[in-house]
Parts: sequence; C-alpha cells; structure tokens
Amino acid sequence: MDWTAIALSAELALVTLLVLLPLAIATARWLAATPFKGKPWIEGLLALPLVLPPTVLGYYLLVAMGGHSPLGRWFEALAGHTLAFSFTGLVVASVLFNIPFAVQPIQRAFEGISPEIREAAQCCGLTFWQALRKVELPLAWPGILSASVMTFAHTLGEFGVVLMVGGNIPGETKTVAISIYDKTQSFDHASAGSMALLLMVISLVTIAVSYGLVDRLMKKRRLA
Amino acid sequence: MSLKLDLSHDGPPLDFCAEIPEGRVTALVGPSGSGKTSILRALAGLLRLKRARITLGGEVWDDSHTHLRTRERPIGFVPQHYGLFPHMTALGNVEAALTHLAATERHARARHCIALAHVEGLETRHPRELSGGQRQRVALARAIAREPRVLLLDEPFSAVDRSTRKRLYLELRRLHEHLQATVVLVTHDLDEAAQLASHLCLIRHGRLLQAGPTAEVLTRPCCEQAARLLDISNVFEAQAEGAPSGRTLLLRWGPHPLRALGHLPDRPGPALRWAVLPTNVQFARKDKLWGSHLENPVPAVVEEVIELGAEAVVWLQVQDVADGRLQMRLPTRAVRRYTVVPGAEVTVCLRAADIVLLGQGDAETTL
Repeated sequence: MDWTAIALSAELALVTLLVLLPLAIATARWLAATPFKGKPWIEGLLALPLVLPPTVLGYYLLVAMGGHSPLGRWFEALAGHTLAFSFTGLVVASVLFNIPFAVQPIQRAFEGISPEIREAAQCCGLTFWQALRKVELPLAWPGILSASVMTFAHTLGEFGVVLMVGGNIPGETKTVAISIYDKTQSFDHASAGSMALLLMVISLVTIAVSYGLVDRLMKKRRLA
Repeated sequence: MSLKLDLSHDGPPLDFCAEIPEGRVTALVGPSGSGKTSILRALAGLLRLKRARITLGGEVWDDSHTHLRTRERPIGFVPQHYGLFPHMTALGNVEAALTHLAATERHARARHCIALAHVEGLETRHPRELSGGQRQRVALARAIAREPRVLLLDEPFSAVDRSTRKRLYLELRRLHEHLQATVVLVTHDLDEAAQLASHLCLIRHGRLLQAGPTAEVLTRPCCEQAARLLDISNVFEAQAEGAPSGRTLLLRWGPHPLRALGHLPDRPGPALRWAVLPTNVQFARKDKLWGSHLENPVPAVVEEVIELGAEAVVWLQVQDVADGRLQMRLPTRAVRRYTVVPGAEVTVCLRAADIVLLGQGDAETTL
C-alpha cells in the first residue's frame, strides 16, 4: 500500500474542493439567476471536461503551464519552479477538470429555488448577501453537498489529466490512481489490488452517504 | 398623500396611469394577462420598466433618475404562492423580515405580528406543516412585520378553499383597520374586490379602463370594455333623440322610448351604447300601477330560465329589437312567485337612473 500516494490524493482532493467550491457557488448562482444571450456557450464551455478525453484537457494544460507559455514563465519567475509537474499545477488542473462536477449540481439547486422566494427575500428587506446566506445557500445545500462529494471522489480517482500535467513524482504528483497504474505495471498486484479496493470503498461510501443525506434533506424541505 | 403611478412598458405591455388613495384598500381587477401583477411588481421594484414614475406623497420611488431598490421601499408583499422560506419556521419567516432590528426586539416584534395575523401556536412549524390558510396568514404576518406604508397582495386568496377565504377576508379587513396602511390587492375576482376594496381599478391589456369607489365602478361602467369586464352582458345600442331637460336624455331602443340620465354625446352621430345591470332589470307588476317600477316599460318574452342556487338568471327577448336579448338576475323565490317560464310575455322596467351610458373606452378616474 502506497500511503504517500493515498495521502497526496486526499490532500489534492481537499485543496481542490476548498479552491473550487466558492468559485463554483458564485458561478452556479450567476448562471442560475441571470438570463443572458451567450449562456449556452458558457455552460457548454464549463461542461467540456465531461466530454473531452482527459488527455486532450491534460495536453492543453501542459502546454499552458509549460515554460514556453506566458503563464508558465510568470509562475516560474514567481515560484522558482515550473507549474507543470508540481502539486500546484496538479491543483490547477484538478480545479479545471472538476468544474462541471461542482458547478452543475449547485446550479440545478439554485435553479430549483422559485423566483417568488428570491423576491420575497428582497421584499423582506434582505441585502443580496443576507438573502444568499439566510435563504439561498441553505436551500441550495443539498446541491452543494452533492457537488462537494462528486468533486472529492472524482479528484481521488482522476488519472489521465493528472498523469499528463503532473507526471509521476512521488510525494509531489504521484496520486493513488497513478500509483495503482505503476504497481500494476511492475506486477505488484497485491498493492494495486488493495489500493483499488480502498479507493472503491471510499468512493462508494462517500457517494452513498451523500445521496442519503441529500434525500433526507429534500424530503424535509419539500412542501406538503 | 397618495400613491401615484405612471407606468409604460413593452413586454408585458403596460400603459398605466393611476392615483391610489392612501390608507384604503384598492383592488386592481382585470382578466389574466392584463398586467395587474406586473403593476404590483413594478410597485415593489421587482420589475424594471421602460418608463416608470412612482411616488408616495413627495417620496419618489421610481422616475428617470431614481430607482429605489425593493428592500428600500416601505412595502410588504404577499405573492400569489406566499413565497415562504421553506427551511424556516413560521416565526423564522417573520423574523427574516426584521433584520433591521436588534435580535431581542426582532423576536418580540415577530411574535406580535404572528398574533396580529392569528397564527399563534404555529410559530415552530415549517411551511410544509401548515395549511393553505395558515401559510397565507404567516405570509401576511411577515409582510406587515416591517410596518409597511403600502401592503401589496397578489391574488392572496386564490390558493385557499372558499370557507378559509371568507375567514381571511374578515381578518384582512380587521388587520387593515388596525394598520391603516395603503393596501393594493390584485384579483380577478369581482366579488372579492367588492367585499374587500373601497376603491377599484379596472385594467385591460395593461391600460386603466376605469377607477373609482368600488360601488360606483361595479354599477356604472364607463365604457363597453369595462362593462364586459364587469360581466354585464346587457350592452345595447340606442338612438339619442334629444335632451328634454338638463340631465334627462331621451333614447329610442328599437321602437321603445327610454329615458336616461346624462347628456347628449359630444361626438357626431345619434347612436350610442348603453348598459343596464342584470340585477337592475325589474318585472312590472300588473297589480301595482304606480311608482318607479313602471319607468321605461319594455315588453319582452321569456326565453330561458336557469336557477343557480338562490339566484336565477333569466334571458328575455325584447319585442321588436333584433339584438335585444336582455339578461336579468333575481332571487329564485321571485321566479317561482311570478311563475317566470319560457314563452311567457312580460313587461320589464329599466329605471332611468340604472341606464348607464357608455363612453368610447378612455380611462375614467374618479378616485
């Protein structure tokens, strides 16, 4: 069992979640409540990681983070090392490929709040932030919970993009999914099997628990 | 001090100008899609219009330079489905409207509003645990919590059963006596408007057709469109023959002379439209040979009688008038007493004061 890879995956999933969640909430709220002309294009762009092969996304990210790109040069000047093949690069990639998993459930949850409730909050004298905190976020909570679980579980198991952008540096970019691949290549089936089982159990338990919680919340919220 | 509105918009179409008296209940009445709710939402600041001027006394809520945000307007709003926050208790819903108060004051004020709306004992329940009428009361308690100067009600009784609705009418009247706020009530139910509102605005296609004290608007439509909205089917054409005295006008309806109160129309042509309320058409009693019941007697034949509970609707064909199908409404017991049956020849009277001369449909305001 490669505990370093397991810890790194957990750390990556947690950091990704912490970075992505506020951004996803803001984007989802904006998309849910604002009608505008190019909306399908923005939604399509955000959903791209769902349909693109991970290698395509990984390739573009690698090019964007490499030493020849403005982003890569700027980061190297700032941090002293390249963005590609680093944990930070992995977080950036992970945030990007998890966007649809985080944004979509939250957007659906915000869309489920009736405009009458939003308007009632305004008529109650609540400011935008008060209405968001007291009314909209509590009502969108099941969606936020689903998004968090999906993002966490998906980051734990992501392979293609991580391999393209991060490579295979132990303790830095070697996540559990890459470690399983590595162990299988070197015929260490015992380690690969136990890590695969652990990943599967963690994913199953997290998703099942979140589904159960969401279901309970929805039942409680539903108007008679 | 009154609430003045001058609104114009393309989608939904609005061209509405009215003055709503302060401290009274005013009903905005019109068919679905007539723009009533849009007017209410514009008042609440929830709908931005192409052109809007809304003032309350000297205070400008909307004009070309100003747009007061919803939360800054001294309003309480009860939307059609109440808009209660489903994750909060009844008390929590009311407290949510009191964020401008300190936490300790908030609780006491919310309880006071709950008591005013008669929902004591339900403070800890969530909206899903309340009946339609209870939800409506909680929404009302929330709407009055900020002591609004204008209370906006968007068809607040449409989702409750008849008996609950009747109880809520009484409670709203009591609450209004207590608060003395200006209430703007949107409804498509004329009976509801008649019972609750002292003033009424008739709206069609986003335009004000008629405004004034409720009793006057309901009985004296200003134009044919208003008469149709008020469900007055007795609209006919007559020829103006002259004005024998200052306020009396002589009309000819087919071969039948009619005296009406009013002036000769300004526009050219002697033809004018007039209406009479079905409840104001009276049978001439053969055994009573004097009095106002013999004013403007018109011979007719009973065509159809339909009893609707305590009220009966009778259709009569006026003799020698091609489009003279007259509707009258009277108590069912009167139909039985006078043995009104299809085919019977009767004489009906139309009192001069009950004949309403109809205009061309320009807005008429007597608020």
